[in-house]
Amino acid sequence: MPVIRDELMQVRASDDIVRVRQMVRALAVELGFGLVDQTKIVTAASELARNTLDYGLGGTTLMEVLEENSRIGLRITFEDNGPGIADIDLAMTDGYTSGRGLGLGLSGAKRLSNEFTIESRVGEGTRIAITRWKGR
Amino acid sequence: MTPTGTSKIPDILTKYRADILTDWTRQQLENTAMRRGVLRESDVTEQSGEFLNAFAEAVGAGNLTDLRGEKWDAVREVLAAVSRSRAKKGFTPSETAMFVFSLKQSLLTRLRAEIGDDTDAVASEGWTVNTILDRLGLFTTEIYQKGREEVILRQQQELMELSTPVVSLWENVLALPLIGTLDSARTQVVMESLLQAIVKSGAAIAIIDITGVPTVDTLVAQHLLKTVAAARLMGADCIISGIRPQIAQTIVHLGVDLGDVITKATLADAFALALQRSGMMVASVKGRS
Repeated sequence: MPVIRDELMQVRASDDIVRVRQMVRALAVELGFGLVDQTKIVTAASELARNTLDYGLGGTTLMEVLEENSRIGLRITFEDNGPGIADIDLAMTDGYTSGRGLGLGLSGAKRLSNEFTIESRVGEGTRIAITRWKGR
Repeated sequence: MTPTGTSKIPDILTKYRADILTDWTRQQLENTAMRRGVLRESDVTEQSGEFLNAFAEAVGAGNLTDLRGEKWDAVREVLAAVSRSRAKKGFTPSETAMFVFSLKQSLLTRLRAEIGDDTDAVASEGWTVNTILDRLGLFTTEIYQKGREEVILRQQQELMELSTPVVSLWENVLALPLIGTLDSARTQVVMESLLQAIVKSGAAIAIIDITGVPTVDTLVAQHLLKTVAAARLMGADCIISGIRPQIAQTIVHLGVDLGDVITKATLADAFALALQRSGMMVASVKGRS
C-alpha cells in the first residue's frame, strides 16, 4: 500500500499526547476528513497514545497517509518496548483494565477505526496500528 | 591550567580595569548595534562594571577552576541578573552569551601586552581566560533557558486558572464552561473549583459545558464522571452540556456509559432544564398589557 507521507513522533510525556492529537487532527483536516471522521481518529489516537505512555512506558507514534485505489487513508502506528500484553483478548474486553482507567480505550479505539491490528510480546513490547479511510 | 599564585590575570584586571571596561563596553555596543533601542549604553556600562568587579574579586581569590564554588557566587549572580534581563528584552541565547564572550578580546589583548615576551605564559594564561569565559558564557545560556522555562510554566499556570472559571447563572445554578485540553493537572483544578463553588453558593445544579473541549476520550469521560459523582455527594446535580454530534458519536463508539448523567446538546438547553428544576421559567413580556 503506497505511503505518500509520514510523520514520526515520540510519546514520552503527557504533553506528547496533546501533540499527537494536534498532529492527527491537522493531518485529518488536511486530507479533507469530515468532522465525525476527524473526531473519531483523533479520539482513537488519543487513547492509544496514552496507552503507549501509561502501559508501554513510552514509545513512538507513526502517522502515515495512505493512497490505495484512489482512496485516502490515515494509518497511525503506536509502538513501545514496554512489558507487553499477556492476554490480548482480555485486554480487548470492554471494561477490563490493568490500570485505573475505564477499560474502554483499546476496544473503543478499535470501534473508532476502520482497521485495527495489535501485536504484542510479553517483555518485548506492543505495536498497534489503526487506519481510518476518508469518507467511510 | 596556570597555578593560581603565578597568574597575571588578577593583576591585569586591577591595573587595566578602566581600559578593559571601555574596550569591552564599546565592543558590546558594536555587537548589539541592532538592539540599541532596547539596550541603553549606561546599562551596558553598569552591568559590565559590576561583572568586572565580581570577576576580578573571584579571580583574585585564587580559584580559577571551581566556577561553581562559593568564591564565584557573586559572578554567577551578576550573570544571572544580566541573562534574565536580556531574556525578558527578547535577546537570543547567543546574544546573551556574547556578553561574556566579548570580554575575551580586550582581556587577551591586555594579557599579551603585559606578558607578551613570554609566549608560554601567554598561551597558558590565554587558555585559562578562554576556559573561564567559555564556561561563564554557557552559564548565561543555562540561566536564559531557565528564565524561559519559568515563563512557560507561569503561562501554563495562568492558562490553567484562566480556563476554569465557575460562573453563577442564576440563584442555585452554577456553570463551568470548559475550554481546551483536559489533562490530569487541569482536571484537578476544575474539580476543586467546581466543588468549592458548590459549597460556597449552596447551588443545587451545576452545568458542565464541554463545547470548548476538542477531544473527549475515555480519560476525559472518566474525569467528568468523577466530577459529577463528587458533586452529587455534595448535594448538587450536574448537567453536562455542549455535546456536539461528533462527540456524541465518539462517546457511543468508545462505549462510555454516561447512563445516569443528564446531558444536553447546548448550554441553553441545560439552563432551561436547570430553571425548570428550580421551579422557574423564562417568559416573554410581549403581549402583556
